[in-house]
Amino acid sequence: MEEVKLRTLSVLVENESGVLSQISRLFSRKGFNVESLAVGTTDDPSISRMTIEVIANDNHTALICNQLAKMVPVHSVKLLVPSHSIRRELVLYKVRAKSSEDRNEIIQIANIFRGAIIDVSKETLTLSVIGDEKKTDAVQELLEGFGIIELVRTGMIALERGKYTIDEETKEKGEFNYGKDVL
Amino acid sequence: MEMTGAKILMECLLEQGVDLVFGYPGGTILNVYDELYRYRDRITHILTAHEQGASHAADGYARSTGKVGVCLATSGPGATNLTTGIATAYMDSSPVVFITCNVNQNLIGKDAFQEVDITGITMPITKCTYLVRDAASLADIVREAFAIARSGRPGPVLVDIVKNVTAEKAEYEYLPREKHASSGRLAALIRRARTSSLKMPEPDQDDVNKLVEMIDQAKKPMLICGGGVVRSRAHQEFREFARRIDAPVAITLMGAGGIEGRDPLATGMIGMHGSKASNMACDGCDLLIAVGCRFSDRVALKPATFAKQAQIVHIDIDRAEINKNIQTDHHIIGSARQVLELLNRKVPKYDHSDWKNYVFSFPTETRYDETPGILSPKQILDTIARTCPQDTIVATDVGQHQMWAIQHFHFDYPGQLLTSGGFGAMGFGLGAAIGAKLGNPDKTVIHITGDGSFRMNCNELSTEEFYKAPVITVVMNNHRLGMVRQWQELTYDKRFYQTTTERGPDFVKLAQANGLDGATVRTVEELETAIQAALEQQEQGLGYVIDCQIQEGELVRPMVNGGTHITEFLVN
Repeated sequence: MEEVKLRTLSVLVENESGVLSQISRLFSRKGFNVESLAVGTTDDPSISRMTIEVIANDNHTALICNQLAKMVPVHSVKLLVPSHSIRRELVLYKVRAKSSEDRNEIIQIANIFRGAIIDVSKETLTLSVIGDEKKTDAVQELLEGFGIIELVRTGMIALERGKYTIDEETKEKGEFNYGKDVL
Repeated sequence: MEMTGAKILMECLLEQGVDLVFGYPGGTILNVYDELYRYRDRITHILTAHEQGASHAADGYARSTGKVGVCLATSGPGATNLTTGIATAYMDSSPVVFITCNVNQNLIGKDAFQEVDITGITMPITKCTYLVRDAASLADIVREAFAIARSGRPGPVLVDIVKNVTAEKAEYEYLPREKHASSGRLAALIRRARTSSLKMPEPDQDDVNKLVEMIDQAKKPMLICGGGVVRSRAHQEFREFARRIDAPVAITLMGAGGIEGRDPLATGMIGMHGSKASNMACDGCDLLIAVGCRFSDRVALKPATFAKQAQIVHIDIDRAEINKNIQTDHHIIGSARQVLELLNRKVPKYDHSDWKNYVFSFPTETRYDETPGILSPKQILDTIARTCPQDTIVATDVGQHQMWAIQHFHFDYPGQLLTSGGFGAMGFGLGAAIGAKLGNPDKTVIHITGDGSFRMNCNELSTEEFYKAPVITVVMNNHRLGMVRQWQELTYDKRFYQTTTERGPDFVKLAQANGLDGATVRTVEELETAIQAALEQQEQGLGYVIDCQIQEGELVRPMVNGGTHITEFLVN
């Protein structure tokens, strides 16, 4: 049986209204749960880049990549190989910190994980930490003892290592473009 | 030149060569209808009884002519009434542009009267949707909409225009259709697809060569002719290809007409109600080449054992269909016509007589016992084929009559059969038949239906009468929802429930109430007389309704249950 695991997809789309809902609805109507979705514009303001994480087996992942690549506003789709890509997420933790002991300890944790204290009040500290889930989960576990008041994550973003980019010409990509050709 | 959005829309329709549109007016689309009035000498508008009828008519027009169909509706209920028609066109890859108008921009999102998010609703059942909020972008969007509807794998596109845009003025310059691809949004889309030429790129040569080798290795090849052959009108190329490799050819429901029904290589339909010859061939072949089909659950009933002895090759224009429903061994991406042309240049002639003898030892068509005085479905279809012109277009609804029609009426060319295959929408037939008749005024159009399906959208008889678009409706009337009843008989221990429809209307009287004539028939002789009368009425521009009384117990045979192996026949 094929392995069901976390997959990271990188998708270039038209930066237009309705595209985000079109893509998220594709996932729901094909029966996939999105673990994480992050979207923002690229160096070309008319194009947005999405990083989508799903838990699926090989077959379903191929199906979802195909369905994505077929959509008119989608430029490129790439399934990222974990060993050849870097994944990062920004997490903000608002933690209860009334005593100076607690504050010191939290500041130390932030330093160890190369995070930053970005907001202070009499009763709370807010930390930002950047990393993959291993790192952010570890921070979360350590902070739970103090009491996490609120937590927010940006969603995972990812890029391939080295010279590889999403714009690589592959045979498969050519095949998808074929169907989109318009005359 | 500066003109209103509504006028720009008219000019864009003319750019596309549209001279016939189907639709139904309403509050928000009034500016467009006001402009249609001024363009009435160049664009004919067909007012149906219901928006659903208009959507099916535009679809039937597109399928039978190969052109893009156009359907208009107002906001809210007008738009939602289109959805069944849009989904039907989407599932069967039929190019239709649906144009709706929405409430004024300042009312969007305010739950205004007859406001609905139709672009959101139709997103999963269209190739693309557009909400036009700016008159200046209207022409560009309409050009892109038409190009997308007809390009690649065809399909429906929806353009929703807010009402104020139809009144606002913007600059419009006429642009001939050949130049659309090099301007505006379309140019950007093509650039993005990295295909600078205006032609479809050639299919991959290595992929084609690999298939040529596979064909050379095969001892028992088989072909499936799918809807892609019909949509790309590749019937001649397909015929030559089949001749060359000398392989039996099964059709899918959408593939009817892709190869002549009585071609010596044709084994009939494959799948749930496929012929024995087709299903046995699929089970025994060593190379299965499927052209333009998507291996739906009605064909590949059990993907794990489908053509289990064979290497499966998939030829399709839509890359997303590859390995979607079944795992294939090889694929070629391209339009059926182009790929087959390339193959025909490279594939020598083969002889597979032994294999063909095996396949054709099984029946390609079900035989029925004939009882004098009782009209059987096969007799009805044989009589139609015998008495109507050979190029008669047949539109069906959905159910037993649909399966009988494809099993026993032999379709000869693409666009001859209009049927709701993927979506299976009852009520499709009459609208589609009217659209086909208006697109092919010189051909006879037969609408084969059942009493259940006909009851759904028989309101369009008034449309047929008003526009003098004569359709011969043949109702296979068993006073039952026959296909559902068949499932209840075979898989629900004969607990017939909610499938007995011994109720009105009297279909002949219904025809008469709509200004048409009709007859109830019980024998072949009566049917022949009725068809003669219908053909005469047709000359007068009048349709006809023939109510054929058939037996309630008739089954569609053979039948393989969904999810079971393709040769496990539930009934023979």
